[in-house]
Amino acid sequence: MSDTAIEAAALGKRYGRRGWALRACSFRLPAGRVCAVVGPNGAGKSTLLAHAAGLLRPTEGSLTVLGTSPAAARDRIAYVAQEKPLYPQLTVADTLRLGAELNPARWDGRVADRVVQEGGLDPGARVRTLSGGQRTRVALALALGKRPELMLLDEPMADLDPLARHQLMGTLMAEAVEHGTTVVMSSHIIGELADACDHLLLVSGGRVRLGGPIDDLVAAHTLVTGLAPASDLAPHTVVESRATGRGTTALIRHEGPVGDGWDAEEPSLEELLLAHLRSPDAPPLLAPDTTARAARGVAA
Amino acid sequence: MVEFRIDRRSGVATYLQIVHQTKQALRLGLLEPGDKLPTAREVVEATAINPNTVLKAYRELEREGLVEARRGLGTFVRRSLGSTPADSPLRGELVEWATRAREAGLEKDDVAALFTSVLDEQFKGDHA
Repeated sequence: MSDTAIEAAALGKRYGRRGWALRACSFRLPAGRVCAVVGPNGAGKSTLLAHAAGLLRPTEGSLTVLGTSPAAARDRIAYVAQEKPLYPQLTVADTLRLGAELNPARWDGRVADRVVQEGGLDPGARVRTLSGGQRTRVALALALGKRPELMLLDEPMADLDPLARHQLMGTLMAEAVEHGTTVVMSSHIIGELADACDHLLLVSGGRVRLGGPIDDLVAAHTLVTGLAPASDLAPHTVVESRATGRGTTALIRHEGPVGDGWDAEEPSLEELLLAHLRSPDAPPLLAPDTTARAARGVAA
Repeated sequence: MVEFRIDRRSGVATYLQIVHQTKQALRLGLLEPGDKLPTAREVVEATAINPNTVLKAYRELEREGLVEARRGLGTFVRRSLGSTPADSPLRGELVEWATRAREAGLEKDDVAALFTSVLDEQFKGDHA
């Protein structure tokens, strides 16, 4: 089994006249992580997940999944697209049977049935009669039933009520810990994912801005307040700075200890993300084991 | 079996909430030596937090000598935390002291602040 779930090397995707949805994306996601892909609407999150699922071809660069091409890894990947596509005429029970027949070697009917039952869904109900949240539940049941090595979930929690969200996130985490599944979830609301994820990719403007273990990314930054101007903060990298009263508040990437005269605090994850989103020119940061290694000759 | 309650708004790191709640359970006698902590799977299923957060909390408890991981079996309580039963002499002395403080005209907040400051001074440098 590969120790890398996803690796992108200079990945770029252009949609005709709409221009580049992703550009020069290079990163590595180690296997076994629970990764949040966050960023504003239109940042390129869905495009990135669809490439990992093998549904889109890169315009330039390459992407490998579980050590091979997305097409070759297809039976080890589960992908739940944002619109949760299912067959509207099938019943819930038929949908799960379809999952079983399409994945004969891997299917785990126990977990799929439980996810559907916990939502109180009638197995005889047709998919087209279900609410958005109920369809999400069926789509997640299919994805979990496949028992994949890599789960790609595009905005999985968006239309779930708080109880269903908690329950399904709990089930996802339990499956992840039991089987070592790598889970990649996108959202534009970090609060939704922060407790469940240990790894982060911040995507905006088609680029990867931050990548790595959440704890390491947070620890690499400091929120400082002081009376000096932001220009006094060298050699630290200033991500964002603002005048506060007579002084300055800045989010910095510290190089060594912060000097005297600055009041230093660790930022919250939310502060870290917002500062980067407000400062599109701040240099990207990828934690050491999450930079793309040399391409190994696997065509994507 | 203890259950952990995760408060997302408390501002306390999630793994520390698990550490604190385990210690509280030890102090209250809800957990005793030999008892098993819930598995990482059980905790994440109930709380929807990341598995590594649970493992980090258990490692911290292990580092403090309170629990031990037994391979393939789970994590077990090794020792109890210095609980002070209701009838201990220390508690009696504290009751006397609090009574004197009140008679001296101190408000409840004043007493709490005084107690905390002495506590901080006495335990300075100890690990939380």
